[in-house]
Formats: sequence, C-alpha cells, structure tokens
Amino acid sequence: MHPIRRKRIITIAIIVLVLSGAIGLVLYALQQNINLFYTPTQIASGEAPKGVNIRAGGMVVKGSVKRDSNTLFVSFNVTDFKRIVHIEYHGILPDLFREGQGIVAQGKLLPNGTFLASQVLAKHDEKYMPPDVANALKQAKGNTPSKPYNDN
Amino acid sequence: MLPEVGNFSLILSLFFACCLAVVPIIGYWRHTPILLSTARPLTLLMSCFVLVSFIVLAIAFLTDDFSVLYVSLNSNSKLPIWYKFSAIWGSHEGSLLLWVLILCGWSSVVALKSHTLPKEVGPIVLSVLGMVATGFLLFMLFTSSPFVRDLPNVPVDGADLNPLLQDIGLVIHPPMLYMGYVGFSVAFAFAIAALITGNLNSSWARWARPWTAVSWAFLTLGITLGSWWAYYELGWGGWWFWDPVENASLMPWLAGTALIHSLAVTEKRGVFKSWTVLLAIFTFSLSLLGTFLVRSGVLTSVHAFAADPTRGVFILALLIVLIGSSLLLYALRASQVKAGVAFGVTGREAWLLLNNIILTVLTLTVLLGTLYPLLFEALDLGRISVGAPYFNTVFSPLALLLMVFMAIGPLSKWHSTKPSLLVRLCVWPGVVSILLAGIISYIYHLGGMAWLSLSVAFWVVLLTCKDWFIKVSAGSKGIIPRARQLPRNYYGMMLAHLGLVVSLIGILMVSTCSKETTVKIAAGQTVSFAGYQFTLNQFESLKGPNYVADQADIAVYQDGKLVAQLKPEKRFYEARRQVMTEASLNAGITRDLYVSLGEKLNDQAWSMRIYVKAFVRWIWFGGILMMCGGVLSALDKRYRARVEGRHA
Repeated sequence: MHPIRRKRIITIAIIVLVLSGAIGLVLYALQQNINLFYTPTQIASGEAPKGVNIRAGGMVVKGSVKRDSNTLFVSFNVTDFKRIVHIEYHGILPDLFREGQGIVAQGKLLPNGTFLASQVLAKHDEKYMPPDVANALKQAKGNTPSKPYNDN
Repeated sequence: MLPEVGNFSLILSLFFACCLAVVPIIGYWRHTPILLSTARPLTLLMSCFVLVSFIVLAIAFLTDDFSVLYVSLNSNSKLPIWYKFSAIWGSHEGSLLLWVLILCGWSSVVALKSHTLPKEVGPIVLSVLGMVATGFLLFMLFTSSPFVRDLPNVPVDGADLNPLLQDIGLVIHPPMLYMGYVGFSVAFAFAIAALITGNLNSSWARWARPWTAVSWAFLTLGITLGSWWAYYELGWGGWWFWDPVENASLMPWLAGTALIHSLAVTEKRGVFKSWTVLLAIFTFSLSLLGTFLVRSGVLTSVHAFAADPTRGVFILALLIVLIGSSLLLYALRASQVKAGVAFGVTGREAWLLLNNIILTVLTLTVLLGTLYPLLFEALDLGRISVGAPYFNTVFSPLALLLMVFMAIGPLSKWHSTKPSLLVRLCVWPGVVSILLAGIISYIYHLGGMAWLSLSVAFWVVLLTCKDWFIKVSAGSKGIIPRARQLPRNYYGMMLAHLGLVVSLIGILMVSTCSKETTVKIAAGQTVSFAGYQFTLNQFESLKGPNYVADQADIAVYQDGKLVAQLKPEKRFYEARRQVMTEASLNAGITRDLYVSLGEKLNDQAWSMRIYVKAFVRWIWFGGILMMCGGVLSALDKRYRARVEGRHA
C-alpha cells in the first residue's frame, strides 16, 4: 500500500477508536449525571421523579427554618409563591443562606414528598438570583391564570 | 475631568486599532511598503492610549472617585489600597479593559520584535491583532465603558469590592489568566498571516512556537492560581469544581497544549501543516468562547456577573465574525497545502498525532459538558446541570491514556522508530512501575483506580529519566557536557511532563486519601479526627479595615504535641452586608489541615468543617513545574533572531 494512504488509514482508525471510546464514556456519564431542575409547583403536582438525583429551588419561606439543637440537622421550606416544598438537610448551610433568599438544593425526593438535600447552594452575591429560581418564579406567575388544573 | 480623558483616550485607541486593522492589509494587497510600515507605529500608538485609559481608571480607584459608576460599584474608601488597585479587574468593564491592555501589551512586544520577521509577515500579524483589538474596543465603548459617570448623584461611599475577591490570589489570578488567553491571539495572528500570505511552510510554526509556549505558561499559572484560590477561599476545601468558568479556562489550555505539540511537528518535519493552523484558530476561539461564557452570564456559575443580554449578543456576534471569517479564510487557503511527507507508524510524529487526537477529544468532551445545559434548554427539554461526576468519568481515563503515550513519545525518533526497539525500552519500566504502584496501593489500601494512576505516574517518571540518560550517555563526551548540550526545549518538555505527573499524584492522593467531617463544637471542647485532636480554645471578635469577624482559636495536637494553631474566621463585610467564611489551614508536603467555620448554632456552639487533605500541595506544585517548563522551552536558543537570513 502507498505509505501516505497507509498513514491516512491508520490515522483515521485511531481517531475513530479514540472518538468512539470517548463517545461511549460521554453517553454513559451523561446518563448518570444529569440533574434536572424542578420547580416547587412541579414537585407538588407530582411531576418530579422520586428517589432520583434532581435539583429543586425557590425562595426560602420566612420563619420556616428549623434546626436541631444537638446535630447539624436543618429543615426549611422553599416556594415559588404558589406551592411549597419541604427540604431537609444535614450539614452546614452556605454563608448566603437566609430566609427570603433564592436557593437551589440538590438531592432526592422521598416517597412522602420531602426533599432530602445532599447539597444546598446559595450564590455568593446578595443581589444574585440563581437563574433556575428566577425562571421558576416567572413560570409560577405566568402559569397561574392559564393552567388552573395544576392545582389538583 | 480625568475619566473623560480616559474615555476619549479609549476612543482614540479604537481609531488607531481600526487603522491598524485596515491599512497594512491594503499595503500588502497593493504592494505598498509605506503602508505596510505603518503597522508598527500604529500598534504602539493604540497601546499607548489604552495604557492611558487604564492608568486613568487606576487613578479613579486609588483616589476614590465615586462619581465614576464602575468605581462606586466596586470599591470603597475603607478598602485596603492593593485591593483598590485589583478592584480595577474586579468586575466586567474593568476586566475587559485589562483584557484589551494585555492584548496591546502582546501586540507591542510583537511590534518591537517584528524586525526579525520577513517584512510583510510582521505587519500582517500586527494587523490581525489590530482587528481583534478593534472588536473588543468597540464592545467596550458601546456596551461596557468603565468610565460612565454617575452624576449628579455622587454616592458618599462605594458599594465595596465583592469580599470573595479581596484576596491576594484574586489580585494576580486574572492578569495571569488573561496573559494566557490573550497570548494565544499571537499564535492565531501568525496562523492567519500564514493563510493570507499563502506561506504555509514550517517557518510560521517556528515564529509562533515561543509565543505559544509563553502564553501556555501564563495560562497554566493562571489556572493553578485560580485553583489554589478556590481551595482556601471558598471554604469547601475543593480545588476544582468543573464550574463552567473553570472549564472555559481549561479548554484553551487543552487546545493550547495540543497546539504546542503540533507546532513542534510542523516546524521540525513539515507535516500536520493545515491541522496546526486550524488548531491555532481553534485555541484562540476557545479563549474567546471562554470570555463569552464568563461575561454573558448564560451559564450558572460562581463567576457569573450580572446577566446583560446586549453584552452577550455583542460578544456572540464578535465570536461569530472572528471565528467565521478565519474559518472561511482557512477553507479558501488550506486546500493549497499539499499532503506532507509520509512518516512511520511508530515515529515521533505518530505519537504526537495521538497526543493531538486525545487532547482534541478531551477538549470536545469538556466543551460538550459545559454547553450541554444550554443545548438542553434551547431544545426545551428542561433545565439541567452537568455535575463533576460527568467530567470525572470522561476525563480521567482519557487523561491517563494520554499520559501513557506521553512517556513513549520522547523516546521515539522522528520519521520512524523500530517497534522492537520501543518495546525493549518500555518493558522494564512498565513492569517496575506496575509492581511498585501495586505494592504502594496494597500497603496503603488504595483502590484499583489508584493503582492504575500510580503506575502511569511511575511509568512516565521512569521513561522520562531513561530517555534523558540515553541522550546524555551517547557519544564520547562526559555526561555533564552532554547534559549541558541538550537544548532548553528538551528540558522544558521534561519539566512540563514531570510537572503533570506531580499534579497527577496530588489529584490522586487528595481524592482517595483525604478525610473530612462536620462537627458541632463549643469553646473548651476537643474533637478527635483522623489522628489529630482539635481543641477549640476560645472565640474572639475582631475588627478588620472593612469588616468585623468572629475568630476561633483552635489548637491541633498529634500524639500530644502541638502541630498547628488555626484561626478560622467568619467575616461580616459592612458595605455589602455580606458574610464570608475565611478558612484557616496548616500546609504541609503530605497533608493540609483545613478548618472552616459553618454557622453559629446557639450562644456557644458553632458548626465547623474539618478536612485533612492529603498531598494537595502537589497539584499546584506540578502546575508551577509545568509553567517553568513552558518558559524554559520558549527561551530556547533556536528561536532567537535567526529568521532574517532564512527568509530569502
């Protein structure tokens, strides 16, 4: 075979090999590690899957934060001003976690509808609203008149 | 008055940048040497006026001129003076000015060195840099001028710099990162100049090589600093988060690494010519994409500044024009390049080709993971985030594969190497490293992945040393004269490769052997963790220049001996009414003790995070070694003023 053509075939074979390996890895990893975001309304209406890693977010309801006196257990409610989700968490909350502030939690939805968070994120800027939460609030506002069946 | 001077000076520099982008190209087209020769003075004029603007902004910050909106939003009269200076690049407008200033800096250095280039190449390179500068100056003047006044309602005091940015790491991290990002524009400009002049021979690769190596070194340092900063400042003890903005700096780094290697092949052997040009375009495009991702706020990130759609659209347009036109030029010109000479399957070219394939694939997987949430949302499938597990799963195996080949490449010779020779060279180091790594993993109860990574680490170290030994022991002269004769380029490569190994060991150890816990602790209590006793002596209230803080005083004992005194703080910044965790750590070669305060739970008790981070320093030490490698190889004698004679 001509050396240049031989070189090309080998090059292409290697590229295909590495690419297919990478694509396989990517597909495998994407299947496992995508975290969909659900609004409190979606969770309350049962749209969110249970027992799977998801993200939920909204504004922390004023007066809802309760701490355990002996452990680092904390629970609070978040809302999109339409529905409420109860979140439980064990650990240290971020510096900017405050009542009335937008937060995003990552974790699993338990069968009883409580959200067990493995991580709570509040952004490092007071004025900053997580885009997911901003969107959720916008949706909740926009949906109220047009989709009454959401409140079943 | 002064801020207006700054703005006016920015407009003047835009004028010169426009001239620079147009005049030398016309000169090349019409064969008019006088027009070509304008490139140098135009570059220097453009740079001078940008420098004036920057100095004006610096003065505004240092003199607390709160009538300037940008100053009042990002500074405060109580801010320490060095943070006042670094607040210049603390937010969007100023960091763009820094970007342009650094671009001008690089352009000026190219202009001052352009006498070593053939007479039409230098001006075209400068002209391309002028086009980039024009785009960014337009962007700055139309959407984000840092000199906008807030008259007549001048605030009494500024809103203060984001407390997260009030740190030495953030004083130097952005300039280093930008030096790297923008430095790739020089390699890009050389590539475009090569396309315009049609001289796609190996000489452009030789001119571009030192520039690329230096920018790569800066980018490496910038990323290293960023990681170090995130580690001690964010209070989570993490050193890499796969945050979109971190990815935005990692992608040009990966592409730039590929570019360095492919430039070497193009220069030495004259193959991969069109690929190298494409890679230079690709690398700079990724730098621009990084700027777009950071500045437009399309992605959720700790770095996201206020999302402003007009800015995003402007950068996107700039991105499309720059990338689109350079790819168009590439499509028109690259077809003229003839296929290069053939090379053997086991020659060094082949190994470097493999390096380029893997690095490109790595870049693409990071790109995919970063843009996937955008894609998902654009298709209306919902809002998602792609977390660290995705990147770890995809990145680690490919990176390890890359490192396996990284050790073989230098051993093989250009054109072709006998496979039997390579096998003979590699068998013993392979066996030794697998056994050694196995023993270590067994003793310290590490898992299979750790065994694999350690084997790769030993493999690279052994083969790199062996290669050096073969090179210095050949010939009749003694080892030391031979070792001194080896080019700096070679030592640069060695240093960079070993640096990567050091980082790999750090990453491996920190992810497998670190321990962490969250405790509730009150004054006088002691917590035992990972063989250390953490005793909380007392809490104190402190007052800093622009904050108040609660400080814990913690003594750490090991076997009854005091090993560290840690003082983590919880700060409250008054101007922004923002709380910040200031972690405290005790650094060591094999472990860091790291303590950060959580929340005040009741009158006496606080929640506290304790980490024992194994080998974490190695990650950044490796980064510094890599940077030194890059600088060393750029200082190679071959790049110095030898081009003039070759050009005819």
